[in-house]
Amino acid sequence: MDLAVLVISLAKIAVVLTVLFTCVAYVVWVERKVAGRIQSRWGPHRTGPFGLLQPLADFLKALFKEDFTPAQVQRPIYFLAPFLAMTLALMSIAVIPFGENITIAGRTIFFEITDLNIGLLYIFAVTSLGVYGIALAGWSSGSKYSLMGGLRSSAQMISYELGLGFAVVGVLILSGTLSLRGIVSAQSGFWFGVIPKWNIWPQFVGFLVYLTAAFAETNRTPFDLPEAEGELVGGFHTEYSSLKFAMFFTAEYTNMITVACLATLLFFGGWMAPLPWAWVQHVPALVLLGIAALMTRTALRTYRLERKKWYFAVPALAGIVGLIGLAFLHPVFAAVAAPMFWFASKVFVFLFLYIWVRWSVPRFRYDQLMHLGWKVLLPVAAANILITGLVVAL
Amino acid sequence: MDKVLFLIFAGIALGAAVNLLRSRHPIHSALSLIGVMGALAVLYLLLGAEFIAAVQVIVYAGAIMVLFVFTIMLLNVGAEVPTSGSMLARYLGIPLLALFLLQLVRLLLGQYPPDQASSFGTFVGPTEKIGRLLFTQYLLPFEVTSVLILVAVMGAVVLARRKP
Amino acid sequence: MTVPISWYLILSAVLFVMGVAGFLFKRNIITIFMSIELMLNAVNLSFVAFSYVLRQLSGQVFVFFVMVVAAAEAAVGLAIIIVVFRNRDSLNVDDIELMKW
Repeated sequence: MDLAVLVISLAKIAVVLTVLFTCVAYVVWVERKVAGRIQSRWGPHRTGPFGLLQPLADFLKALFKEDFTPAQVQRPIYFLAPFLAMTLALMSIAVIPFGENITIAGRTIFFEITDLNIGLLYIFAVTSLGVYGIALAGWSSGSKYSLMGGLRSSAQMISYELGLGFAVVGVLILSGTLSLRGIVSAQSGFWFGVIPKWNIWPQFVGFLVYLTAAFAETNRTPFDLPEAEGELVGGFHTEYSSLKFAMFFTAEYTNMITVACLATLLFFGGWMAPLPWAWVQHVPALVLLGIAALMTRTALRTYRLERKKWYFAVPALAGIVGLIGLAFLHPVFAAVAAPMFWFASKVFVFLFLYIWVRWSVPRFRYDQLMHLGWKVLLPVAAANILITGLVVAL
Repeated sequence: MDKVLFLIFAGIALGAAVNLLRSRHPIHSALSLIGVMGALAVLYLLLGAEFIAAVQVIVYAGAIMVLFVFTIMLLNVGAEVPTSGSMLARYLGIPLLALFLLQLVRLLLGQYPPDQASSFGTFVGPTEKIGRLLFTQYLLPFEVTSVLILVAVMGAVVLARRKP
Repeated sequence: MTVPISWYLILSAVLFVMGVAGFLFKRNIITIFMSIELMLNAVNLSFVAFSYVLRQLSGQVFVFFVMVVAAAEAAVGLAIIIVVFRNRDSLNVDDIELMKW
């Protein structure tokens, strides 16, 4: 355990946490903007250009709000629950690989905090423990809405954990390893030179089961009965205010990001590019330059309408994005950053899917939810394992 | 390094076990037991049993203890009230248990003197080998335990059903 | 630095005796159940330690089976506790004494 390894690990942890917190904040922004557009309204657009400072405003509000502890709570557990939820949500990012490796000064640095032999089981372990954050929050609040919300949410989470586990076994049969980097490496290569060997093709049913179970695990619509405002006031986080509520919120979005990352790693080839041809290596640069151009155009048009001076921030951001796009022309940078670009774009597609589904479909009733988890997903996933095992053995 | 990790997590396990015995409210005991299981999972990792460590957290701490916590929440169990029962059992029992423990420790130290040491990484239990063992050498116990779980699930459902 | 294997076994013994103490001296039936789980965990630690000493994986496979049996036992036991609570409305073992002589 020499010093260099320690320093590198700490640096990786710092970078990953910073990026993660920024992502969580801006996933909230994306969600509110997309939700607004789906509902034919703008979404946040006053705090900062295009509402980009809205997450900061929310955080400051949460920070300065009165932190009220009701009288009937069980204090030690009431304080423990949000910490538990957030800590466990953050722990699961530790084994997610973001890209290939980079060699600096003769030392190969892998783009993940750690690569465990049992990486996938570790994520399941942390997810299993995440049930406690919600169950204890619901129980310790001492109010009947919280208790019902907590119980229902925990029952939902443990029911769909089984479905999640079963859905992934098919992938494990095909990959032969529990290490996440190993699973992604098993998906490299192309069939007929064109179709990437991603697990989505042989494991399509498994993917659908995984996606449904993932929606239910993270308590997102259509499975968000435990925290629905109309049904259960706030569900398990009714009695939590300001910073503790912000912790639950962060935990939920971090879980969402983890599940989206897992979906790309297990089914969509992680950081591998989708097509093998030579011109594909220019796609990251083109996409980033396109985004930069779009941002500049939108900013200029909106400035002409609203004449707000601080809209110059958006072209500045667009400039940074454009510079990163141009940096992709340099081969060393491209070799290191292109896998991260593909990974990030696939995760973004999944997060968008999450948000899109949330604002488009109504929520399940509780008994429908349990019926789906036990009587539909479990048999389908078991059949998937059976068929996959048969096909692999024969 | 191994020693430091062992001491920290053995300390956590012992502290949580003491807390289990000393708490009045069952929910605190349940949380302490989860702490014990987590600490034991790390000790399994130190002994190279990576699959068992993960299964310990997923199954034991993440499912069985959830069952306990659910029951405590459902039955709305309150703190234990101290009753005026006989303390004779306690006064006799604790010294006897301490004696038993001393005997065990003496036996163990005799059988396994401190020079038989373990170090991290010399023996690893990879998941693949355990899977192979489960499906070849231990196939019968595996199938029997799956029937056992089925019976347990049916039993739990039948027992806890409310009569209409 | 290495850890003597006897330390693991002694820790297992201590946890086991604590489980026995909880089983004998506590009055809430759920806490008694949890002491049983503590005993099972202590035994699991012994199994894994011996699996290390003898360099065989059978110890770890047996831990797997112990966990499965513990899960089945916890499920049925808690169902029984719920039924008893519904009928006697108390979780104190001293109150469940209808069949005592």
